[in-house]
Amino acid sequence: MTIASSTQLICFTVLSAVVAIGALGVVLLPNIVYSAFLLGGVFLSVAGLYLLLNASFVAAAQVLVYVGAVNVLILFAIMLVNKTEDLAAIPGLAVRRLLSGAVCAGLFALLLRVAFTTPWATPGPEPVGEEATIRIGEHLFSDYLLPFELASVLLLMAMIGAIVLARRDVMTTDIVTGEPADQGLIEKSRTPLLLEKSN
Amino acid sequence: MNFELPTTVPLQAYLALAAILFCTGVWGLINSRNAVRVLMSIELMLNAVNINLMAFSSYLDGQLIRGQVFTIFVITVAAAEAAVGLAILLSLYRNRETVDMERFNLLRW
Repeated sequence: MTIASSTQLICFTVLSAVVAIGALGVVLLPNIVYSAFLLGGVFLSVAGLYLLLNASFVAAAQVLVYVGAVNVLILFAIMLVNKTEDLAAIPGLAVRRLLSGAVCAGLFALLLRVAFTTPWATPGPEPVGEEATIRIGEHLFSDYLLPFELASVLLLMAMIGAIVLARRDVMTTDIVTGEPADQGLIEKSRTPLLLEKSN
Repeated sequence: MNFELPTTVPLQAYLALAAILFCTGVWGLINSRNAVRVLMSIELMLNAVNINLMAFSSYLDGQLIRGQVFTIFVITVAAAEAAVGLAILLSLYRNRETVDMERFNLLRW
């Protein structure tokens, strides 16, 4: 599939504007729910960029995994922990923001310089276009077979780890007396153990 | 100095966009006080890297699109990272009743 180059240019401009403004919104907006929805928009626009690069399979994976799984997971986390709390003021916060902004601007300048001064070997070989999905399948089952299998182990480990970390430890019997524990206490949330005593 | 508007999207445009996204993510990572927003910034940075990989794969490695395979792996690892990260966050929230990054200093001193 080849789109006319001017259409491609317009699509790239629009999508990259959405990505850049959306990313700024994710970082800067005070309401975190808006940030999460903007993050979904950024993910969708990045999927559009992948489509512009003739990678339909990766674009589909991006939509499924990032928008469908990661973004929904983040929204769930926000719903579970969304407590409006007054953040304690920190001395020198503005200075820290400015300093980190300067560091990030420096990093940005460095990256831009590398991108624009390196003599890239363009145009490279002719892109495969629509056959990309077939190529990815061939790679995954020949020379990238070991990482592919390791990825499944990694996902299993992450799943078990997430369950272990997020579940609430509940004893069915009282440790001291050996009697069955009060189920009403189990339903209620446990008192926080590590609340700060100082400040 | 005469700039002419390119007729096709150059590789450098993708690299510049990825640089913008990555630097925004770094800034958010450093300056966010909400732990969920820190995780979102990490996702932004991972997406910036993915854009770079995809651009190189399309422009410089058009036949053996190895960058696309790498992007698939990065997406996999990012999904695992998000799941474990949010589980850690929920566990922390349950124990400290806050999502303020400045108060997560259990391992600091």
